[in-house]
This record gives sequence, C-alpha cells and structure tokens, in this order.
Amino acid sequence: MATPPNNPPLLEVKNLRVEFPTRRGTLLAVDDVSFDIAPGEVLGVVGESGAGKSLTGNAIIGLLEPPGRIAGGEIRLEGRRIDNLPYEEMRKVRGARIGAIFQDPLTSLNPLYSVGHQLVETIQTHLPLSAAEARTRALDLLKEVGIPGAETRIDHYPHQFSGGMRQRVVIALALCAGPRLIVADEPTTALDVSIQAQIIALLKRLCREHGTAVMLVTHDMGVIAETADRVAVMYAGRIAEIGPVRDVVKHAKHPYTKGLMGSIPSLGVRTERLTQIDGAMPRLTEIPQGCAFNPRCTARGSRCLVERPDLMAAGTTRAACWLHDRGGIGAPVVKETADA
Amino acid sequence: MAARSALSGWLHRAADSDVWWSFKSSPMTVAAAVATFLIVAVAFLSPVLAPHTPFDPATLSLTDGLKPPAMLSADGDWAFPLGTDDQGRDILSSIMYGTRLSLVVGLASVVVAMTLGITLGLLSGYLGGAVDALIMRVADVQLTFPAILVALLIDGIVRGIISVKRHDEIAIYVIVGAIGLSFWVQYARTVRGSVMVEKNKEYVQAARVIGLSPLLIMVRHVLPNVTGPVLVIATINLGLAIITEATLSFLGVGLPSTEPSLGTLIRLGNEVLQSGDWWITVFPGVTLAALVLAVNLLGDWLRDALNPKLR
Amino acid sequence: MPDGSGTQFVRIAGLKRYFDVSAPWLVRMIERRPRQIVQAVDGIDIEIAKGETFSLVGESGCGKSTVARLVVGLYPPTAGTIEFDGNDMAGRHSRADMAALRRRMQMIFQDPYASLNPRWRVFDIIAEPIRAFGLSKDKADLQKRVEDLLRQVRLTPADGRKFPHEFSGGQRQRVSIARALASQPEFLVCDEPTSALDVSVQAQILNLMVDLQRRFGLTYLFISHNLAVVYHISTRVGVMYLGRLVEVAPTETLFTRPKHPYTRMLLDTIPDLDMTGRQRSPVAGEVPSPINPPSGCTFHPRCPFANDRCKAERPKALSIEGGTVACHAIEEGRLPVEERTYVANS
Repeated sequence: MATPPNNPPLLEVKNLRVEFPTRRGTLLAVDDVSFDIAPGEVLGVVGESGAGKSLTGNAIIGLLEPPGRIAGGEIRLEGRRIDNLPYEEMRKVRGARIGAIFQDPLTSLNPLYSVGHQLVETIQTHLPLSAAEARTRALDLLKEVGIPGAETRIDHYPHQFSGGMRQRVVIALALCAGPRLIVADEPTTALDVSIQAQIIALLKRLCREHGTAVMLVTHDMGVIAETADRVAVMYAGRIAEIGPVRDVVKHAKHPYTKGLMGSIPSLGVRTERLTQIDGAMPRLTEIPQGCAFNPRCTARGSRCLVERPDLMAAGTTRAACWLHDRGGIGAPVVKETADA
Repeated sequence: MAARSALSGWLHRAADSDVWWSFKSSPMTVAAAVATFLIVAVAFLSPVLAPHTPFDPATLSLTDGLKPPAMLSADGDWAFPLGTDDQGRDILSSIMYGTRLSLVVGLASVVVAMTLGITLGLLSGYLGGAVDALIMRVADVQLTFPAILVALLIDGIVRGIISVKRHDEIAIYVIVGAIGLSFWVQYARTVRGSVMVEKNKEYVQAARVIGLSPLLIMVRHVLPNVTGPVLVIATINLGLAIITEATLSFLGVGLPSTEPSLGTLIRLGNEVLQSGDWWITVFPGVTLAALVLAVNLLGDWLRDALNPKLR
Repeated sequence: MPDGSGTQFVRIAGLKRYFDVSAPWLVRMIERRPRQIVQAVDGIDIEIAKGETFSLVGESGCGKSTVARLVVGLYPPTAGTIEFDGNDMAGRHSRADMAALRRRMQMIFQDPYASLNPRWRVFDIIAEPIRAFGLSKDKADLQKRVEDLLRQVRLTPADGRKFPHEFSGGQRQRVSIARALASQPEFLVCDEPTSALDVSVQAQILNLMVDLQRRFGLTYLFISHNLAVVYHISTRVGVMYLGRLVEVAPTETLFTRPKHPYTRMLLDTIPDLDMTGRQRSPVAGEVPSPINPPSGCTFHPRCPFANDRCKAERPKALSIEGGTVACHAIEEGRLPVEERTYVANS
C-alpha cells in the first residue's frame, strides 16, 4: 500500500530477538521478528498481552527494561544500525530521529516542570535554537496538536491537563525535533472513547502533514483498522501475519488472525455466540513445539506439531502458517477439546 | 503495558520460589543465615554445651577470678577458654547463657510489638475515621520519643510501683513489655498502609458483597496479604530489640547481674575495663555485634526479596 | 420510565450517591476552600425485568460503576431506593432476611488480578459464599458443589487446588464467575467483566456469560464502556453521562435509531472494523468534572444542539419508542431521529 518497492525503507528490523534471562533459563520474548516501515507509513502492531509487541517497540527505541536485552538481529534507521549504539548516542537518536509516545502520558511528563519548559528543553537538546526561538516552536507545536489557549497553557504543569490534553502534550514532545519515526505504544488505551478518536485523528493528520512514519503498537484492532496502512499481528513473540490492513482485517489468512477478528463483537449482526479461540496464548516458558498456535488451531496438521513456519506469501498478506506452503500442513490433527 | 502485565504475571507466578533463589544466590545472606543459626543453636543449647553454669553461685570460686583467656595468654586456665570475671564466672558460658537471654528478650518483645502493632494497624486501616485518627495520633506522639526513652520510662514507672526485690524477679517481663511497647508504631503504620491498599481491592469488595463481617474480612482476607512487610520489619526489629535490651542492661535498668544478658555482661566488664581486664567486656560485645549484624543482613535481604519492584 | 406492569425484578428509583472529596476540615478553614462534593450518581431510575441483560454504558467518571456498587450494597445511597424482587434493600430486614437477599445477588468485578485473594486456593475462594450462606450439608457436598461450579465455568476440579497466580487473566475471570455463581444467585452485577481481557478471551467470557444466563435464567446488570460488547450482550441499554441517564432503549433501537446527542456521539466513536471508510468523527471537548457539573442538561457544553433552555433546565426523561430520553431538543422536535445502518463484518 504505502510501500512502493523502489523506496528504501525508513526502518528495517531484521531477525530481531529479545531475551529475558531468568534463573529457569532464558525466555525468548521476541523471536525472529522482521519488518520494514516506509517513510510516512503507519504500521500497526497488534497482539494480545505478552505477544511481544511492546518489547519490539521498546527494542527499537532502545528502552528495553533490564534484564531484557536484544539477543540477535539488527535494527536499521535510514540505513544506519541503531540496535548496538552506546546509550548516549541512542539517546540522541531517540530524541531527534525517533519520537516515543507511551500509554500513560504521566510517565512521559515530569510533574515538576511546566510543559513549556519540557518542550523547550527537548527542542534545545536536539535543535540549535535560542531560548526564544525554542519557545516559539513549542507554542507552535502545542497549537498544532490542538491545545486550546496554547499561549497560557504552555506555562501550566502536567497535572493541570486532562488525560486527553496530556496525551496531546506528549505527542507535541515527541514531535519536537521533527522525527522521521514515532513509536506509539498503546497511545489511546488509557483514554475515553471520545478522546481516543480525537487522538487518532491527530496522529493521522500529523503523519500526513510531516511525512512521519508511525509504528503503532496496540491491542485494539479498531484503532489499527482506522489508522494503519499495514498491520503486523504478533503471537507468542513472533509475527503471525503481516500485510495491508484491509486485507488482514477482512481477509485474514492465518487461523489466529481469523479467530481474532471473529472474536471482536461487531455491530450489525447480533449472534448468540461470538466466534471464540479456545485456550489462551502460551506463556513464554511453555511455547509448544512446531507452530506456537497449534494447540488452539482448528486447522492444524501433523507438520504444525513439529515444524515452525516462517512468514510466507499468502495471497495479499504474508502469514506464518503451513496452510499457505506448497508442502501443506500434513495429516490433519483433530484438536483436543480445550474445555474437556 | 499489555506485554508488561503479562510479564509481571509470570514473574509473580515464580515469586514463591524466587525468595529461595535469591537467598541461594547471595553468599552474604547465606553466611548471615549460617551465623545466625549457629549463634541461636549454641545459645539455646547452652545448658548442654556450656562448660560451666554461671548463674549458679554454688559453682563459682573467687580463686578463679579474673583469669585471662586461655587461648591468648599463658596465665589462662583451659577450663576457662575466654577467661573469667571478677566473680570467677566463665566468660564463654556467660556469653552462651547471656546470648540466650538476649535472644529470648528480643524475640518476645518483637512478638509483643508485632501483636500490638498489627492489631492497631488493622483496626486503624480498616475502620478509618475517628479510630484511625486516634491510633495514628498516639503513634505520632510516641514517635517523637526515642524508643530507648520510652523503654526507660516504662521501666521507671514499674520500678516506682513495685519493690526492688520483686522487680528483679519480673525484670525480664518488664523489659519485654517496655521494648515491645516502644516498637509497635512501625508495625501499625505499615499494616495500616497495606490495609488501606488492600481493602479497596476487589477481592475484599467481593467478600463484602457476600456479607461477611468486617472482623472476618480483616482476619481472613486482609491480614494474610499484609504479612510480607510485617515479616521484614520483624526481622530488622529483632536486631534493634536485642540492641535496646543490651543498652538498657548496660545502663543498669535491664536484666539484673545475677542473670546477665549480653548487655549486663558488657556493663560488668566495662566496670573493670580500666584495670586491663578487657576480655570480660570485649567478648560479649563482639558476640552482640555479630548477632545483630547477622540478623540485620537477613532482614535486609528479606526486604529486597519480598519487594515486588526488585523481583 | 416505569411501565407500571409490576413485573420488574430490580427497580431503581431516584438513586443518588454523592461523595465528599473535600480537604480535611482544618485545611478547608485555613485555606478557605469550600466543601467539594462529587455527584457520582445524580438521580437515576432503572427497571430491570427478570432474565434480561440491562447494560449501562458511558465514559469513565460517568458513575456507571458507582451504580453497580450501590446496587449490591457496597455503598449506601445518598437518596433513592433500590428494590430487589419487591424488597426495599434499605428497608428493615432481619439478619437472616438480609442474608437471603444478598445470596440472590452477586457481583463480577473488572480486574481479574485484584478480585481474587492471592493467598487463597481457588477451591476456598469459590467455597467462601457457600460456607458464608451455609448452603452445603457437609464437606462432601461442599466439595461436589465447588467441582460442579468449576466445570460450569469450563475449568477442571483439579484447578481448585491451585492459587490464582497460576492462572491467566481469562481463567481468573472464570474463577470470579464461579464464585459469583456459588450462592446460586438470580441477579448478577457485572462491572466491566471483560475490559481487562484480550479480545479472544473476551469472546470466551462473553459466550460463557450468555450460556450461564440461559442455563440458570440469570438477570444481568452489565456495566461497560465498550459499545460493541454492549450491543452484543444486552437486551436494553442505558447511556450515562455525568451521573445521569440520558437515554434508555432496547438495544436494537438504541444502535439504529439513537436519540440523545450524546448517544449519537458515543456511537460515532465506535471503531470502524468493517473498513467501510466511515470516518470516526471526533467529538469536541471532554467530560467535565463531576464536582461542578454544568447547569441544566450537563451535556450542553459539548452539544451542538444546545440552546438557552438546555443551559438552564434539567431535561426530564421522556418516553419514546419503548425507551426514555432526557433531551430538550428531542422533546421540542428540534432534533430529528436519525437512522443508522451497520454492515456486518463478514
């Protein structure tokens, strides 16, 4: 969709692995994840809790919480490797080239300083501007993210803003140095539905106007459907399916994506029962052999029990499922009833 | 956030055995535990292990008085490896019996402080309102006095009421009560804080929907969930209580010299320290320091091991 | 409003709950600050028929969770009455009568991590209501009841020996449901029971709740902010805004012929999963503080149809199309009813 093949990608993630060493062995929380983001593109990353989507985002912005660490693969921003940069250099990249937006706006804002102070400080760290120029830019940013009365609000403290307004300030903060990429981790989850729509509209508008690419990490398929160009569906630390958002939402190829879409209650048809995927995503310590989804899959075969599928072409999307391999799934295996 | 909650989910699941794991992986803690165990074992087995019975005046002989430690001086007598005091009491045996007394007083006063603190903390946190205000103001006032002063005060009052002879008999109860009373505030505050967090959790509301009485809810639901921090305080307080007892005894208002605790021994030794008989005070002092250090190290470790943020 | 048929199972009338969030007396005196009262629930009337699912929707802070807690008696109401099967819950009841009433209504909570005592085994958690109401004859009977409950929520009897932390969020919510069912209630108050769960697990829990309702003839008061979930599960829906009910209607009517401007606004915020290209129209403004709610109709500052009457006069509930609406614009016919259609997500 927004990835013309001749355009070099803005962000390249190749075979990324994120590990958590524990005393019971090392847990692989992100396992061999690869994707690109083109300039100006919005890539949605969706998945259930513990699927590894936030860790992938944190790995890209260099903010993995210890003891988590990148154990393999590489991350390139505009062709330059950023996964092995020393902390100080990564900090500069994070402010200037990559902006970050988190779920809780309060964690991104220092309660002791006015929002203007924080904006000016960030701007001056990354751009060669005088204090007055930086303040003018801060004011422009606040106006751009739709803060009413920005001239007075600029000197207010974070607690004087409502949740939605705070998230706007955080977005302004992320935009300070004119980054090429914004990693937004559940930016609307803590907000009320009416505010969610406002923030999504704002993000979309800003990306369009500035040509900023966005990696949008969320568990909310609705947000993805409205905002993203492409979507990656993660399951148990791997990408299960990736492709243009419309195709993934309407014509999913991976049984997990299908189940996920079916389990979302939709308006228009009131069915007695929702489609449900039995069971739950395995813990990182209990990921089964073969395809991680096989114990919950209604379409599994003998091959799925032993061999782990990588992403492969599946119509308009790419799915990690043997159904789309020439070799097939092998002999069908009847799913044990999870409810027995 | 979604990923983090799942992460903390399995971290919590592993929590129970994590305590054991963090214990094993800290050599300092293991050393402290071994030291504590040895001191406690030797102290409580002192009637069996000790070469002499220092509290029995019949076994004492003044001719054995002020012998230096046999292991360090040729003047010593190997019947008294750490020497004797002016009464001819074996220092090693006195330390063993004294440690036992110090431990008993320490443990008992921690139990008193804990019982009082937990009860008042639960009431304060769960009932709130005037009860809470009253208990917490009393706690505030008490906190403005050092614990040792409170203990001195209580001991002084008891001494004023009963005769000296009677006092020596009940000295141990008085001191346990005095130390216990001076340490309850910390438990009460911690428990109150935890209770105020727990009582708004949905599992407590679920119990209220069933219609359980506040007392049952406090005891069955809230109490088991506030024991972690209490355990940490108790361990750290054990060291403090032993020190407080030693200090009181050193000042002469603690246990009588007929049944000396470590603090009493240090005081007795201190009186003759100027004449060069250093061993009478130094060996009990070293024992006291080792015991309190070991217990405190255990407490520090326990605090870290039970802290969900560090897990 | 009341249809006067007298068959209502749960009847809530004029329910109010104010919270005093003032600073302590001394601070107020010194800093000359006024008392601050949050009008969390400000006079609502709801009637729920036996066997139906009545849902309350609204944004955070609208008072829907407070209503849930008032109904099960976790808070006493400031004013108004709650009648359950003809019994006034605030009336004089003997201890035994009160216990009998409590047994018949239970609650399912939002957070599956906080709603189970982490120190208790699942067996004891589920057995607690049975023991508290003295419903089992002996130990064997108790054992059997708990095992049956575990099976009903699709867990196994062996799960009873485990602690809550050994389960996933969805499984914990099943335990929570089993506990709520343990006293054989007829009425369940469900406060956002699926909002902390992932969508695939949400579907499992919603299906389970529907199955249980059919099996035991349960009546649900369902609290949620998720309109798609509400659409799926409810018989009738009430929309709350700043402590008041602005609209009540049968589910299909509410979603296809919404009347109140706030209901329409909420419906506009439902994400478009059908990829029809429908744009969510972001609504201006945010929910005002319930400490000093706007005068008249509390929605007037955000309402595109507000006039002077809306600023001054609180609108009364108006019966219309099997439901009620509290809106001057509707009453005066200034606001035509609009039809909405939805494309099924195939």
